[in-house]
Amino acid sequence: MYRYSEFDHAFLAERNRQFRAQVARRIDGSLTEDEFRPLRLMNGLYLQLHAYMLRVAIPYGTLSAPQLRKLAEISERWDKGYGHFTTRQNIQFNWPKLPDVPDMLDALAEVGLHAIQTSGNTIRNVTSDHFAGAAADEIEDPRPYAELIRQWSTDHPEFQFLPRKFKIAITGSPNDRVVTRAHDIGLRMVARDGVPGFEVIVGGGLGRTPMIGQVIRDFLPVADLLPYLEAIVATYNLLGRRDNKYKARIKITVHETGIDTIREMVEARFAEIAPEFDQTATEATLDTLRAMFAPPPLNPRDSATYEAARARDRLFRAWADTNLTPHRVAGYAIVTISLKAHGQTPGDATAEQMRAVADLAERYGQDEIRVSHMQNLVLPHVALDDLPALYAALRAQGLATANVGLASDIIACPGMDYCALATARSIPVAQQIAALVGALDIEQELGPVQIKISGCINACGHHHVGDIGILGLDRAGVENYQITLGGNATEEARIGSRMGPGFAYDQIVPAIERLLVAYLELRLEPAETFAQTVKRLGLTPFKTALYETEAQDAA
Amino acid sequence: MSVIVTDSGFGPDIAANWTELAPDTPPEALPEIARKAQAIRIAFPGFADGRGFTLAASLRRAGFAGRLRAAGHVLADQYAMARRAGFDEVEISDALAARQPEAQWRARADWQAHDYRAGLRRRAG
Ligand code: HEM
Ligand code: SF4
Repeated sequence: MYRYSEFDHAFLAERNRQFRAQVARRIDGSLTEDEFRPLRLMNGLYLQLHAYMLRVAIPYGTLSAPQLRKLAEISERWDKGYGHFTTRQNIQFNWPKLPDVPDMLDALAEVGLHAIQTSGNTIRNVTSDHFAGAAADEIEDPRPYAELIRQWSTDHPEFQFLPRKFKIAITGSPNDRVVTRAHDIGLRMVARDGVPGFEVIVGGGLGRTPMIGQVIRDFLPVADLLPYLEAIVATYNLLGRRDNKYKARIKITVHETGIDTIREMVEARFAEIAPEFDQTATEATLDTLRAMFAPPPLNPRDSATYEAARARDRLFRAWADTNLTPHRVAGYAIVTISLKAHGQTPGDATAEQMRAVADLAERYGQDEIRVSHMQNLVLPHVALDDLPALYAALRAQGLATANVGLASDIIACPGMDYCALATARSIPVAQQIAALVGALDIEQELGPVQIKISGCINACGHHHVGDIGILGLDRAGVENYQITLGGNATEEARIGSRMGPGFAYDQIVPAIERLLVAYLELRLEPAETFAQTVKRLGLTPFKTALYETEAQDAA
Repeated sequence: MSVIVTDSGFGPDIAANWTELAPDTPPEALPEIARKAQAIRIAFPGFADGRGFTLAASLRRAGFAGRLRAAGHVLADQYAMARRAGFDEVEISDALAARQPEAQWRARADWQAHDYRAGLRRRAG
């Protein structure tokens, strides 16, 4: 794992000292609220519906046990005893008080965590594969590159006041688990003639104008990564629209200018910038980072205990079938800990749960925890034979929900419960859908299906790329939920298609039920997933299920 | 009247043959401007408009070695960014200087410290 250098620690201490002074200068009037706003945003502090919200970065989604314990402590000391893990590998505290925030930042710095560039019109926390370094399908661990990008983008003098926010995601695996095509820049590791490099994707994004990113460079050698990124962002800084905040993202710049013109501009700028970067220094930094992220030594382990528990315990088997992912080392597994217990707020974890997971990571998981964009936690390196004990400990904490990838593993944004921009509730809808599939006991039968819910058009809940997307709108003061179908968040990313008219708050869950039941009737065989059935049959039978049966019910 | 901010704090204006650049100056025009201008003043109509930082970096990259000034609504908190992007100095109004006094700008005179990119680049920007 990455270890903070003297330089990192000194940087963070200085940055926190500056923020403490900015808070004081806001209070004494040196800074107007308008001027303070971007400064607090670039330090992760939002003003929300009820209070301030502090968004802390979990760089490339990797945490150590002491870091997770510190998050637990902060949530108890300055918040309400819980935190909310988000789709961008951040954790949000929803109730801090402004004068406490500098102390919270200092507490984070003790364990090398921060809230820098988690909001504002700047390059945000770089997200990465939550299975990095453990997945069997990986070309290379992407985290050394993510850390390199963190260092380059942190406090970058040109890019703190961009036209709009800028999000970068990176994956080292051909199976895209970070939705690269829905980011301002997506980086996909590829190999050409045995040499590793990146496919660079630009101009993806969701929000009110969802767009799938386009390839701007099909092969970028690793050594050119930083100057090429700098060329893209500098081009955008000058070209991106500043007259209309809804047209300011790079996806609109790419759309309006055309990918070929953008590519020429970026390549021209890249030619100017590249000589300034010291490739030898970059390579040396990368070597150091690769050594830090080297996989933990995993001794060969037997799996007899695991097999015996599977044979004996039906609940354990169900959990193992859904919540485990193959590890690159035999005898080990990647464990996903669901933060989607039926009826809970998706992504919330209490301080007690965070401490429990930190303890378990130390005991069984090589001291590593990951945060996924699906708002779950991950223990990336667990021996199969430790799984029965781990499962029992998770159950005691209410953390053994066996639903990863299933209908109740829902992504939901905070919506009306916390968010100032929301037009509808999203958390209660997620809770009710989970309760529904629980009551019908059809979750295992349904198999993998991704339901994603946003409480407004900004699409923080990624509804466009869900198998089933739900968007909560406000129609003349009444909540109204629009359904999209057929979205895809993988390497075959696709924006879902809108179904017909939306549904009222008390009608949306029955509507989802009709969709799920229709799928069970329409599928060829149990192995055909929801997504495959939609692909094979198109939207019509699902529209029929949504609207015609509704008319019958009403008649 | 206006105040000029440098690493040594507030000072008076100096006379120079300024070339004025708006934030929407097209990047293609910069190499020629860099060749011909003696001193360049880039306008910051609002502190949230960050184009001037990229213009400054581009001018330096194109070989401009003369005086480079950021003029307008620039915050003390942006002084380090301005210097790192290649500006020599910042020009602010008296009103802004009264609200954000010299000490707040001097606090950022150490702009060369704690710079992540310094280690990744051949020459400081
Ligand atoms: C609670 C306060 C929040 C506010 C005020 C907020 C605001 C916004 C806004 C305005 C956008 C659209 C930006 C644009 O398109 O230019 C956006 C996008 C986004 N937000 Fe949030 N958000 C919040 C919470 C969250 C949370 C909790 C998550 C994660 C679960 C999240 C994840 C995202 C993502 C992934 C996008 C990107 C969509 C895109 O590609 O445009 N946000 N947010
Ligand atoms: S989608 Fe809308 S309601 Fe949900 S968090 Fe984002 S801005 Fe708020």
